[in-house]
Amino acid sequence: MSEAVQSVDATSRPLRRSVFQQIISNKTVWRGVIAIIAFAMLWEIGAQFKAWFGIEIWWVGKVPPPSEVFTTWYSVVQRPGYWESWYLSFFRVFLGFIIAQIIGIPFGLALAVNRYFREIFFPPFEILRPIPPLAWVPASIIFWPTTELSIAFVTFLGAFFTIVINVLGGARAIDIQYLRAAQSMGASQWDLFRRIILPGTLPSIFTGAAVGMGITWEVVLAAEMISGGGQQAGGGLGFFIWSSYMGGAMEQVIVGMISIGIAGYLSSSLIRYLGTVSMPWRRLF
Amino acid sequence: MNPNKATKTESPSSLEPPTGFWLFLYRANKGVRTSTPYLMFFGIALWLVTYYLFNEGWKLPLFNKIPGPVEVITEWISRDPIFGMSLFTEAYHTNIYVSCQRILIAFSIATSVGVPLGLFMGWSKTFRDYTFPILETLRPIPILAWVPLAIIMFSGFETPIIFLATLASLFVTTLNTLLGVDSIDESYFRAAGCLGSKPRHVFWHVVLPGAMPFIFTGLQISVGVAWFSLVAAEMISGDFGLGYMIMDSYMQNKYVTMVMAMITLGFVGWLTSAMVRFAGDRMMQWRVRALALEGR
Amino acid sequence: MQAATATKGAISIRNVTKIYDPEGVNVMAVDDCSLEIAPGEVCMIVGPSGCGKTTLLNAIAGFHSITSGEIYLDGEMLCGPDKPIADQGADRMVVFQNGALFPWKTLLENVAYGPIVQGIMGKKEARDKAQDILAEAGLADFSMKFPGEVSSGMSRRAEIVRALINDPKVLLLDEPYRAMDALTKSIMHESLLEVYDRTKVTIFFITHDLEEAIFLGDRVVVMTTRPAKTKKIVNVAIKRPRDYTVLSSEEFRLLVAEAKGAVHEEAIKAFEAGERELA
Repeated sequence: MSEAVQSVDATSRPLRRSVFQQIISNKTVWRGVIAIIAFAMLWEIGAQFKAWFGIEIWWVGKVPPPSEVFTTWYSVVQRPGYWESWYLSFFRVFLGFIIAQIIGIPFGLALAVNRYFREIFFPPFEILRPIPPLAWVPASIIFWPTTELSIAFVTFLGAFFTIVINVLGGARAIDIQYLRAAQSMGASQWDLFRRIILPGTLPSIFTGAAVGMGITWEVVLAAEMISGGGQQAGGGLGFFIWSSYMGGAMEQVIVGMISIGIAGYLSSSLIRYLGTVSMPWRRLF
Repeated sequence: MNPNKATKTESPSSLEPPTGFWLFLYRANKGVRTSTPYLMFFGIALWLVTYYLFNEGWKLPLFNKIPGPVEVITEWISRDPIFGMSLFTEAYHTNIYVSCQRILIAFSIATSVGVPLGLFMGWSKTFRDYTFPILETLRPIPILAWVPLAIIMFSGFETPIIFLATLASLFVTTLNTLLGVDSIDESYFRAAGCLGSKPRHVFWHVVLPGAMPFIFTGLQISVGVAWFSLVAAEMISGDFGLGYMIMDSYMQNKYVTMVMAMITLGFVGWLTSAMVRFAGDRMMQWRVRALALEGR
Repeated sequence: MQAATATKGAISIRNVTKIYDPEGVNVMAVDDCSLEIAPGEVCMIVGPSGCGKTTLLNAIAGFHSITSGEIYLDGEMLCGPDKPIADQGADRMVVFQNGALFPWKTLLENVAYGPIVQGIMGKKEARDKAQDILAEAGLADFSMKFPGEVSSGMSRRAEIVRALINDPKVLLLDEPYRAMDALTKSIMHESLLEVYDRTKVTIFFITHDLEEAIFLGDRVVVMTTRPAKTKKIVNVAIKRPRDYTVLSSEEFRLLVAEAKGAVHEEAIKAFEAGERELA
C-alpha cells in the first residue's frame, strides 16, 4: 500500500497530456469520425445505385453522391464568381447584423432601464415580433428604392428582434445587489450603467448575437433566392444555389449548401470567439 | 390537532387565497390601478398614429408606397373587398387553414421524433457520440438552402414544404431536449440510483420530467422556426398558405392584402406559441407553482 | 420502523485511496483511510471544505470508484480490488448537500417512489405508507405539495423520510444542513435525533460544523485536508436521548475544546492551499 501511495505522491502535481494525445485517445472523437464517414458512405451508396433490387431508393436516390459533389466543388472553387458570392453574402449578413446590433442593444437597454419607455414601446414591438422576417421581404422591396437596401432591411429585422429580447432579458436579470454595492461605493448613474448594467448584459448580448447570426444567414439566403440576387453579378450564395437549381446542376446546389454551412459556422465561431475575449470572467477552468 | 385547520373552518374562504376566476378578477383589478395598461394602449396608439401620419396623413416619400393602416383595416373588414380578400372571404380562410395544417403536421412530426431522439442522446453517451456529430454537421446549413434539394427529393408541392418546416423544428427540438437532459442535476440521478431505480425508471421519472422545462422552451422556439421556414417555403414554391398569399399579392400589386397576410401571420404565430406555452404550464405544475412563489 | 436495537449497518473502510484524474492531472482525494463504524452508530465526519469527505461517501454509496482499498457493509464487500465501484442500492440511502427531492413530484410521490420502483409495494400501498410516515414527521399537511413550494427545512425532512421508508442499513448524509440558518438547523437536529432514537439506523454524517457533530454523533472523526486521512477520533459519551440542553453542558464544552484544535489546524492548511472543491 505504502508503495502505491508513494508513487501517487510523485504524480500528484499537474502533469498534462498534450492536446494531440488527448484527442487521439478520446473515444468520443473517434465515434464522431466513424459516424460522419458512415453517413457519407450511406449517402454515396444510396446516390450511386439509385435503386436496390429494382426498388427505387427513396429520397437519397435522387441526390447526387458526395464524390460528384466534391469533383464539382473542385471546379467551382476555381471560378471567381463563386468567391464573389461568398463576399456578397458575407457583406449582406454583416451589414444587417451590425446595424441590428447598433440599434438593438441601446434599444434593449433603454427598455430594461426605464420603466415608462418599456411600457410604451414594448407592446408595439411585441406585436411586430411574431411576424417572420421573411414575410417582410416583399414589403421591404416595395418600400426601399434598391434591392440591396431591402435585403439589408430584412436582414436587420431578422437579427433585431432576437437581440432586443436577449438584451432586455439579460439586463433585467442582473442581481440588484450589484447595483446596490456599486451605489454604496458612490457610483453615479452613468457608472452604474457603464460598469454594471453593460458588462452584466454582455453574456445575453452574445447569446442574442449568436442566435441572431443564424437568423441573418437564413434571411440573407432567402432574400437572395426570392429577389433573384439583386442587380449585381454573382448575387450571393443564395443566388448561387437558386441559379444552380434552375440550371439543373444539383451537384452545385449541394456545393452551395455546404458552403453556406461553412460560412454560417465561421460567423458563429467569430461571435463565440469575441464572446470569450470580451468576457474573461466567464472562462471557468 | 392542527391549529390551522381549526381557524379555517371558523372563517370560511375569507382567508383563502383567490383561485380561478376570482384570481383573474383580483389581478385585473390590481392591474387597472397601475399605469401599465394605459401606457400600453398609449404605446400602441402612438405607433398606429405615427404610421397613419407618415403614410396617409403626410404621404412621406417611401412610406406612400406601402398601404396605410386605415386602408388595410377598411379592406380587412369589408364584406366586398377591392382586392378579393378580407375577413369574410373563403380564400382568406383557406390560406390560414392550409398554413396551420402544415404547421400542425410539421410540428407533430418534429416533436415526436425530436424529443425521443434528444432524450436518448442525453441518456446514452454512446448513442450521442454517434449521432451528435451528424446533427452538428447538418445544422449550420440554413433551412432555406434545403429548398431545391427538398423539391427534387420529394415530389409535389405539399411534401417539400412540410419537410422544410419539419427539418427546422427537428433541429431545435432535438438540441433543446438534449440540453435539457444535460441540465439535470447529477444528484437526481444519484438519488434515483439509491432508491433502487432500474434504467427505465430513471428514464421515465428523472430524464423525461427533468428535461421538460428545456423541452418546452425548445418547442416554443421550434414553432417559431417552423413558421419561419414554412413562410419561406410557401413564398418560393407554394400554391396556398399565408406565405403564398404574401408573395402572390406582391406579384399582383395587391399590397393591402399583403399587409393583411403579414399581420395574420404574426397573430397566428403568436397564438401557436401561446398554445405551446399553455400546454407546458399545464404539464409542469411543479415548476409553475415554485416560480410563482419566487415572485416570477 | 420499530427496531430500537441496531443489528445491521456496520461499515468497514479499509485502506481506501482515491485518486481523481481530471484531464491528466492526478489529484489524491483520499489517502489510505481506514475507519470502522459499528451498527447503529452515528459517525460524524468533520474536515475542511474539499478535503475528500464527500469522496468517501460517494465511494460507499457507489457514485464513484475507489483506487485501492476495500469497503465492507455488514461483512459484505461493497467495493474492493476487483470491483472498484460499489453497486447502488436501497440499503444505503443518501441525503444530498443541496437536496435531491425530485422537484417534479409531490412530497408524497417522492416518498412513495422508492418502494414502488423496487417492486416492494404496490402504488396504493406505497402511497398509504408514505402518507403515514410523512405524518409521523409532521408533514401530513404538506404531502401534496411540490418541493419547490415548501421551506428548505421541510423538504430536507421529507428527504430523510424518503430515505427511511426503504428501511436502509445506513443513512449517508452529506452536509444536509449546510445552507440553513442556525434556528432551522437546531430544529433539524432535534428531528434527526428523534428519528435516530426511533430507528437506530447507522448514520454516516458529513459536516463542517464541529458543534453539530458533537451534538449529534457517537463519534466524531476529524479528517485532514486533502488528501483525507483520519486525523483524530473523538468519542462522544453524552447519553441519549439528547436535547438542546446538552449544548450548554460542561461535558459538551470540553468535547468541543478537545476537537477544536485539530479541526482548526486542518482548516488553516486547507485555506492556505486554496484549492477548489472536487466533485
